[in-house]
Amino acid sequence: MTFLSTIKAAALSAAMIVSVALPAAHADEQYFPLQSYRVGPYAAGGTGFFGGFIDYLNLINIRDGGVNGVKLTWDECETQYEVERGVECYERQKSHAGAAAWNPLSVGIAYAMIDRITADKVPLITVNHGRTDSTDGRVFPYVFPLLLNPYSETSGIVNYIAAKEGGIDKLKGKKIVVLYHGSPYGKETIPIYELLAQKYGFTVQQIEVPHPGNEQQSQWLTIRRAKPDFVVLRGWGVMNPVALKTAVKVGYPVDHIVGNVWSNSEEDVIPAGDAAKGYTAITTQASGNTYPVVQEIVKTVYGAGKGNLEDKSRIGSVYHNLGIVNGILNVEAIRVAQEKFGHRTLTGDEVRWGFEHLKLDPAKVEALGAKDLFHSINVSWDNHEGEGYVTFQQWDGKKWNVVSDWIAPDWALLRPIIEKSAEAYAAEKGIKLRTADDANAVTTN
Amino acid sequence: MTAITDEFSSAPVLPKWIAPVLLLAFAYGVVPLIGSSYLFEAILLPFLALSLAGVGLNILTGYAGQVSLGSAAFMAAGAFAAYNFYLRVEGLPLIGSIVLAGIVAAAIGIVFGLPSLRLKGFYLAVSTLAAQFFVQWALTKFSWFSNDSASGVIDAPKLLISGFAFDGAVGRYLFALTVVSILTFLAYRLVSSQTGRNFIAIRDNETAARIIGIPVLKTKLLAFAISSFIIGVAGVIWAFAYLRTVEPDGFDLDRSFQILFIIIIGGLASIRGAFFGAALIVVFPLALSRLGGFLLGDVFDSGVLDMSQRIVLGALIILFLILEPDGLVALWDRVRRRLLFAWQST
Repeated sequence: MTFLSTIKAAALSAAMIVSVALPAAHADEQYFPLQSYRVGPYAAGGTGFFGGFIDYLNLINIRDGGVNGVKLTWDECETQYEVERGVECYERQKSHAGAAAWNPLSVGIAYAMIDRITADKVPLITVNHGRTDSTDGRVFPYVFPLLLNPYSETSGIVNYIAAKEGGIDKLKGKKIVVLYHGSPYGKETIPIYELLAQKYGFTVQQIEVPHPGNEQQSQWLTIRRAKPDFVVLRGWGVMNPVALKTAVKVGYPVDHIVGNVWSNSEEDVIPAGDAAKGYTAITTQASGNTYPVVQEIVKTVYGAGKGNLEDKSRIGSVYHNLGIVNGILNVEAIRVAQEKFGHRTLTGDEVRWGFEHLKLDPAKVEALGAKDLFHSINVSWDNHEGEGYVTFQQWDGKKWNVVSDWIAPDWALLRPIIEKSAEAYAAEKGIKLRTADDANAVTTN
Repeated sequence: MTAITDEFSSAPVLPKWIAPVLLLAFAYGVVPLIGSSYLFEAILLPFLALSLAGVGLNILTGYAGQVSLGSAAFMAAGAFAAYNFYLRVEGLPLIGSIVLAGIVAAAIGIVFGLPSLRLKGFYLAVSTLAAQFFVQWALTKFSWFSNDSASGVIDAPKLLISGFAFDGAVGRYLFALTVVSILTFLAYRLVSSQTGRNFIAIRDNETAARIIGIPVLKTKLLAFAISSFIIGVAGVIWAFAYLRTVEPDGFDLDRSFQILFIIIIGGLASIRGAFFGAALIVVFPLALSRLGGFLLGDVFDSGVLDMSQRIVLGALIILFLILEPDGLVALWDRVRRRLLFAWQST
């Protein structure tokens, strides 16, 4: 019966945990539920991104004593990038008072949360990824694919290739191969490449790499036969270094491969070794630790022994800087909302209003110590992406070097496509399109 | 023959139906009043869906003795079939879509059950892996299945049955509970019928079963069909009532293993075992993770905690299987017998 008593003890302790109520937020705290992933196949992205995010929140707490005196708090719940774990974390963390915004950094988890966060009226941030049509704030009031949705990314890459070729009219007759990850994330851009190909007169061939992508011989042999002018790498995780290595094997020039926003980190190129030298990738935030805000994090947060990254050499890496930029966007949205609603703990709906009025021009970005780290953002109630600019960086074997100006995706071209898709979703779900007046009605308690 | 003795040796003092009826009364009458949204969304809904999948797999593996690693594929088939029937067939009620989805899953089950006529044990398990890979591949490859949605992830429709919407956590819980109760009852009737005994006969000695006149081929395929039907409906509950999105990635090989572990830990060839096993697999990691987060959350980051939880969980499962190889259900019966004995002797 000893085993039974063990079970009894376990049951008792489980009951104890459930019954211990989570501490209620004080009047001066704003809480970030972090559905992070530090184990599993995508841990490199998770540790970097959430590390940067936490580092920035820590910086605000240590340097400024919070946002206008409102302290930032957070806790982490491990998802391993799995949808049902993310949902469990959501249910676990949402009971905590004063939640500002959700940042799951996973397309699957974000999709599963859309209904839930809309009912709970708390913003869901999918920086640089997510569902493209959630850009339309008329249909998705609480979802924010900040900085760059997948269609804008595509447009940015095509514009960059055009600039390299000497103008958008030079695209005519060119051939581009898109090598994409066989997942919801990878497939999101298939229709938009077809559309841009038609519009600009280049031919596009889209080739799928089945998840996880550690064998790509046949795909690259197809590419060699097709002799494209450019290959766009739309990878994730292990697929990226394997693609670069296989490209060298079949003799495709690496400087004609352009990586997308999830194929642009140090973790993607270092394992490929020399094969990655000369590889270019899109990004919304430059890498490197020379930017004032990164320097302050090194000094204030890591100096106080509160840094989140175990490996200090990853400070200023692509994922870490994305986490920092994400921290800036979240904190500034809270600041905007506080100016309107008061310097106190805000409701989720008030923070949503803050995101919908989040406007950081280059001067403001410089004041935040992030000049050249990212360009600017201009979110409105119906444009939840916020017109983020992109830049391109090239790997020299040791670090990324910026090789382009800040480039604007072709928003005017993309907007009607996004609206059409969002309206179809609204019709399917019976959602009434929101107006500017609806967006100004804010739940304050 | 454990299954037969197990099903027919009931407690001497109480009729067999008392316990399930009391349990159902509690689940319908009391739980919706006292439960929190966390209880429904994070514990009870996945528990119900995985229990039902466990019941389905137990018919195939526990009773009929055919090991399958394709459970998640049948769940996926059910979820996607229900979505497409509901979307594309005008005027078809949700219940109709769910039944049709079960039938589709059963048909796929029969196709991938065909190798069982020649293969046994591990070899069969490996061949059912084909179902796992094929279904996931087909669902990703052909965007028709996900209504040409750009990312391949689709939103589940509202749970509407004859004008009544099962909204909110409690509504979806009641919906899942009802479906699971009905199918579990049918499964229970099945395993104590002649067909159920045929399953057991084939499991225990195929040659002997053939000699006494059991149609082995038909019975095996029937086991695959019924099992896949139930697992398919479990997939519908998983996607429609629990996650509320449908995507192929959620039904990967890990899920198949999870369901297999549920019936092994809960107890093979026992309907109750699936529920015990699912309870352990769903609730225990959560309790452990909350305990870990509560006690050590400030000291270690979530990654370290998660790794240590896996070690603890793995060690406990090994310990548990050594101490009680017949599963939780055997442990439960032992406890119950002792309690009854203690009660009778006073």
